[in-house]
Amino acid sequence: MSSTVLPPYEGTRVTEEPPENYITAGHTVKSWLLTGDHKRIALLYLFSTAFFFFLGSIAAGLVRIELTRPNGVMLESETYNKMFTAHGVTMIFFFLIPAIPAIFGNFLLPIMIGARDLAFPRLNLFSWYLYMTSGVMLLIVLCLGGVDSGWTFYTPYSSMYSNSQVTLTILAAFIAGFSSISTAVNFIATVHKMRAPGMTWFRLPLFVWSHYATSVIIVLGTPVVAITLFLVVLERTFKLGIFSPELGGDPVLFQHLFWFYSHPAVYIMILPAFGVISELFAAFSRRKIFGYHFIAFSSLAIAALGFLVWGHHMFVSSQSMYQGVVFSLLSFLVAVPSAIKVFNWTATMYKGQVHMRTPFLFALGFIGLFTVGGLTGLFLSSMGTDMHLTNTYFVVAHFHYVMVGGTILGFLGALHYWWPKMFGVMYNEFWGRMSALLVFVGFNVTFLPQFVVGYMGMPRRYHYYYFAPEFQVYNILSTAGASVLAVGFALPVFYLTSSIRKGVKAGANPWGAHGLEWEIPSPPPTANFDRIPIVTDDVYDYESDARRPNIEMIESRTPEQLASTKETH
Amino acid sequence: MASVAHDHPEGLHHQFEDIEQQNETYLVGMWSFLVSEIMFFGALFMIYILYRWKYQPDFYLAHKSLDVMWGGVNTTILLISSFAMVMAVHAAELKKRMNVLKWLTLVQLCAVAFLFIKFTFEWPAKAHHGFVPGVNFSPDPHYLQEMGMQALNVRPAEIFFSLYFGMTGFHALHIIVGILMIGVLMKMWAKKHPLVIHDYIPTELIGLYWHFVDLVWIFLFPLFYLIPN
Ligand code: HEM
Ligand SMILES: [Cu+2]
Repeated sequence: MSSTVLPPYEGTRVTEEPPENYITAGHTVKSWLLTGDHKRIALLYLFSTAFFFFLGSIAAGLVRIELTRPNGVMLESETYNKMFTAHGVTMIFFFLIPAIPAIFGNFLLPIMIGARDLAFPRLNLFSWYLYMTSGVMLLIVLCLGGVDSGWTFYTPYSSMYSNSQVTLTILAAFIAGFSSISTAVNFIATVHKMRAPGMTWFRLPLFVWSHYATSVIIVLGTPVVAITLFLVVLERTFKLGIFSPELGGDPVLFQHLFWFYSHPAVYIMILPAFGVISELFAAFSRRKIFGYHFIAFSSLAIAALGFLVWGHHMFVSSQSMYQGVVFSLLSFLVAVPSAIKVFNWTATMYKGQVHMRTPFLFALGFIGLFTVGGLTGLFLSSMGTDMHLTNTYFVVAHFHYVMVGGTILGFLGALHYWWPKMFGVMYNEFWGRMSALLVFVGFNVTFLPQFVVGYMGMPRRYHYYYFAPEFQVYNILSTAGASVLAVGFALPVFYLTSSIRKGVKAGANPWGAHGLEWEIPSPPPTANFDRIPIVTDDVYDYESDARRPNIEMIESRTPEQLASTKETH
Repeated sequence: MASVAHDHPEGLHHQFEDIEQQNETYLVGMWSFLVSEIMFFGALFMIYILYRWKYQPDFYLAHKSLDVMWGGVNTTILLISSFAMVMAVHAAELKKRMNVLKWLTLVQLCAVAFLFIKFTFEWPAKAHHGFVPGVNFSPDPHYLQEMGMQALNVRPAEIFFSLYFGMTGFHALHIIVGILMIGVLMKMWAKKHPLVIHDYIPTELIGLYWHFVDLVWIFLFPLFYLIPN
């Protein structure tokens, strides 16, 4: 996006002494912990969510090891329950929900719309402190012996019977919810009122649209689950009867309220990844995204429809058949906007100049895996098949295909695409591709067998399967795949950190991509822009500008050429 | 048009270009926050509706123990406070500092009176009759007799009172937060803080919040105190 203030392709690689940027702007610990800069807060989130991802992975690893033998390997049944709960709670509330919005949304949203910061910087910092508070509470829970109710906290088990740390876990989730709400309010106000002159709604990058839709869902849904979980705590501590049948309450009401949030919450997790994938397809196909308006509005359609399908998690919970039919139908409808996106992304590649760089490999992986995840969602939304598949490993495989194959691949794509922007350096491309390959292969080896074994009837959340030893081969495959996957996830830690020390300087626009974030230096200065830019061209406007260099041209430039390109503008 | 960061006027934060943008952004932020508040209370109202549907006769009986007189007084008090808040915002627009302070004082008085009535006349009476939900929930039989509530079933009654204490308590919490925020606002007006003196929007934002809290009570009052048979 060109602007009157900044020439379009200025300085693809900075040759003179770099100006002060947001990282070098302060060196004290205090300058990080009390910062209002959205970019620094994004980095705080990057390290903290990465930590919780690591924690959640360890729990997953233990679950996988345990399942390699029909009689278990080393965990007690009780500990096993605590492990899968620790895994689910950590991954969902502490990684998948916050990761993309709080890291990349935080970092990029103001820059993409041409603003100096989010609307409420102190609220933004506050949201990180809320997140950390709840994170510390989660660590305390784990030290005190963990929690065994599953991430869904179904009543009356959670509210009356469980002897584990349900109360503290729920309070942690409650506080994490406020952290999301703060971020969402911040995004909504920023997108509405802080767009640069000329940045109309339909010039917004799709990344911004999808974060906007996500924020709307967070604002509408999170309060409901927060209050519901809080009532579980009240029932547990004061024996108020709300959800427990013994006390006259209705346990299914809990499920309704829980899924009223938690189905939309799956879109809170996936929509930001959709935004990332849109950016990646445009940048690495060097084409205007196909069907921009369809993708933008399908995000809003998902946000709206997503609130009407929660009952598909409750087909077997005494819900009436007619209710089931309606929820089933609506669930089929919600797959339509997701499919629209997938078709538009793939159509973007047609006649494009496709560059198979690391971020784009993750994006292609996303398409494959998310499609499988979404289609198997339809098996589960049909009441007849769900009767057989519910509570089996088929469901586990379904949601891992969408959450890992979708959200985490989107996360990794974003990390590799904007890493040069965030830190000003390029990472090693070979190892990046290796990681993408290992994640894709490892993921499929882990979760494809789970569809099969789930279809054969292996229930989820069971400790043993000695009653059906034929499940073992699938479980061993799955554990083997998980090890490959772990290597794929661990690799970036090494090559990305080493890139900070010895990586090639990236320059403002290492991908030759289009967008305001690529017009400011890498890493960006604290104020983002010297002057607020005036946006004059369309979003993803690759074709109309033949001078725009592509990735190969940028990489093959010598420092002298770079210096001369600078002068011509 | 683009301006540079350092010539920002007083009270304008660095991320905004001018005061209009800042004000409008604040308003959008406040409204988004209020939408999430609506969903908070919305979930509770939903639970209320379902249980009232399921246990209609018991809810009718249980509501007899609520004091319509005090509830009505409190409703009136909150309506007065909303009016005072409207006047305070109006005075802020006209930049009449003393009037703002006067009207905000009235809002505070109303708010405190509301809490006082709730916590000294209403809640203790319920506790006295054994209506506090939880392990000690045991309505006093003499009282039930006296009020014609003998047919009341214990479990539904407990749900009624869980919701009563939960929802009015959550509302009271909002009143307390409001009192604190209005306190800060008054202090800023008293000290002629540039943020509030130059512009009425901060006062307006707190006004919005306050009207929202009053509005919630306008729903709570009939739902709990005025249940028809
Ligand atoms: C294409 C649209 C989708 C449809 C039609 C769909 C359908 C379903 C259905 C019917 C179930 C319940 C299965 C059962 O318990 O018997 C389910 C479970 C689940 N889905 Fe999806 N889904 C879709 C997309 C997603 C996405 C995008 C995510 C996350 C990013 C997701 C995450 C989950 C999770 C976490 C569960 C399991 C919840 C639990 O019981 O722990 N789904 N899905
Ligand atoms: Cu769902």
